[in-house]
Amino acid sequence: MSTQERQGTQSPQSPDSPQEEIYTWTGRARRWLLKRLPPQKLLPQDQPSYVSSWIYVFGMASLAALGVVIISGLVLSLNGPQWYHTSGLGHFTNSVHLWSVELFFLLMVVHLWGKYWMAAWRGGRVLTWVTGVIAFAVSIAAAFTGYLLQTNFDSQWIAFEGKDALNAVGIGAWFDVADLGQMFAWHIELLPIGVGAIVVLHVLLVRVHGVVPPIDATEHPWNESEGPR
Amino acid sequence: MTRTPSMTWKAGHDVASRPWQGRVRDYDLFKEVAIGFVVVAAVTLGLAGIFGSPDEPAVTFASWSSSDPVDFASTATAELGGTSDTAQYGPPYNDTQGATQTLGPIDLQSLAGVRLPIDTATAFVIAPLRTLPSVPPAVARWTSASAAQKARWTDAYAKALAADTGHSLPRPTAGEGPVPTMIASLSAMARSGGLDGALAGQGGFYPLNRTSAILFLGDGQYFQNLAANQHLTGDQWGMMNETGNTPGQAWLWLFSFFYQIEPFASLPNADLVVVLIMGALTLLLALLPFIPGLRTIPRWIPLHRVIWRDYYRAARDSASTGQSAIASSAASSSSGLSGTSERPPSAPRSETG
Repeated sequence: MSTQERQGTQSPQSPDSPQEEIYTWTGRARRWLLKRLPPQKLLPQDQPSYVSSWIYVFGMASLAALGVVIISGLVLSLNGPQWYHTSGLGHFTNSVHLWSVELFFLLMVVHLWGKYWMAAWRGGRVLTWVTGVIAFAVSIAAAFTGYLLQTNFDSQWIAFEGKDALNAVGIGAWFDVADLGQMFAWHIELLPIGVGAIVVLHVLLVRVHGVVPPIDATEHPWNESEGPR
Repeated sequence: MTRTPSMTWKAGHDVASRPWQGRVRDYDLFKEVAIGFVVVAAVTLGLAGIFGSPDEPAVTFASWSSSDPVDFASTATAELGGTSDTAQYGPPYNDTQGATQTLGPIDLQSLAGVRLPIDTATAFVIAPLRTLPSVPPAVARWTSASAAQKARWTDAYAKALAADTGHSLPRPTAGEGPVPTMIASLSAMARSGGLDGALAGQGGFYPLNRTSAILFLGDGQYFQNLAANQHLTGDQWGMMNETGNTPGQAWLWLFSFFYQIEPFASLPNADLVVVLIMGALTLLLALLPFIPGLRTIPRWIPLHRVIWRDYYRAARDSASTGQSAIASSAASSSSGLSGTSERPPSAPRSETG
């Protein structure tokens, strides 16, 4: 790490100072991030005109359902594993958690199929597709561990049934479906962090690359009389 | 169109790869997310209020031994004699030879090793009996016997239990040694709820690991029958079902599907094969943009014409009547949650295409 002192190399910090000297890792990272995802691209106020279909609702609705999953899950976890067995409000919260997960998967599957038929990986968007599939796969693991935490007959049976597949591939000791302590760690910490991080990356990639245009689209029917902006 | 559109993932110089130069429409991200959250939350609350969620009470050793004492005794005898499914499972619970699921040279179960060692006789029978205020003398007689003698005793009692069609345990005979007494004591302990506590107590003051108890339950027929009555067993699409009328884990349909069809259903290594297939299919889905043919299907079956029908209609109108028709068609679009007013891009771009 350089400890050399500098004088007079730092420009005034202002959005109007594009000539600021970049000489640190932090500066280079900021320059790269701002180049890839400037604020107006991260939080746009308009979209290409072809972004006009109900299919686009399902991606956003998946995020909304994930929000409900997280909030209801937080309420459940903060009240402890026995709360929903003994409290009417707890049972309702558990029902909200369950149905938000059901909706999350339903919306996510429609979103996934929609993106397949739109061939949404075109134009350098392959990472957006890959992260979406990973988010789906990790969500399945997260939901599975949730079923194991119900501390009722379902969780008993799913643990008994599920152990064989995990043992067969040699991960049953570290993903022990009958160990409530492990499952709490997987369901409340590790997998939500995984899903959250991948979903955030997925959304950022959507913003970086933009929404894929229609297959065989051409721009000129829309702007041939307008010219470039 | 005169040119075949590219379906590749690679960025090039086509419309999909470069910033969109066409018309744009108003879009309020935060407003859409806020409305979406409210709608989804309302639908969720409605579904939760109407359908609720299942909460079938957990099975206990007390309920098992009371409801089906012969099955409980038979299972406990098998645990004691080392003939139960758990006792012969292999890794991660024990090192039973030839018990692992393999595929050619692949033996991941052995590779992981015995990580959760369970001696069923000790963990499920002897250790709980030793927690009783008065430990049955039969326990000492059992522990001092030879392995061959233990096998003869448990085999004899297992046969007596198998022939028992009633609700009470068979009368002990000399050839069964201390086994009937031990099992009777364990049954009484179970009926009183003491066995549930004893098995949980093996984890110390904070008994979070229920592996032993789940395996013991699963070795019996009572637990399996309860599950079968609820359509939860492996040959009943069990992994994706749930008690009651809730949808369960519908997203596991493909995983469960393989267990319903031959040759997978009867394979001795079905779990390993199905997991590997599902892993391969997931990888295939993730890497689909790289696979010619699979990535071209959306062009061959043009559902995208439905998805982007507003765009294609406007493009068609443009080709036949000129630019004004495009604007008219686009402005009449009613799809999506954001504002529908379209305009030429008069401000700095906020989106790439």
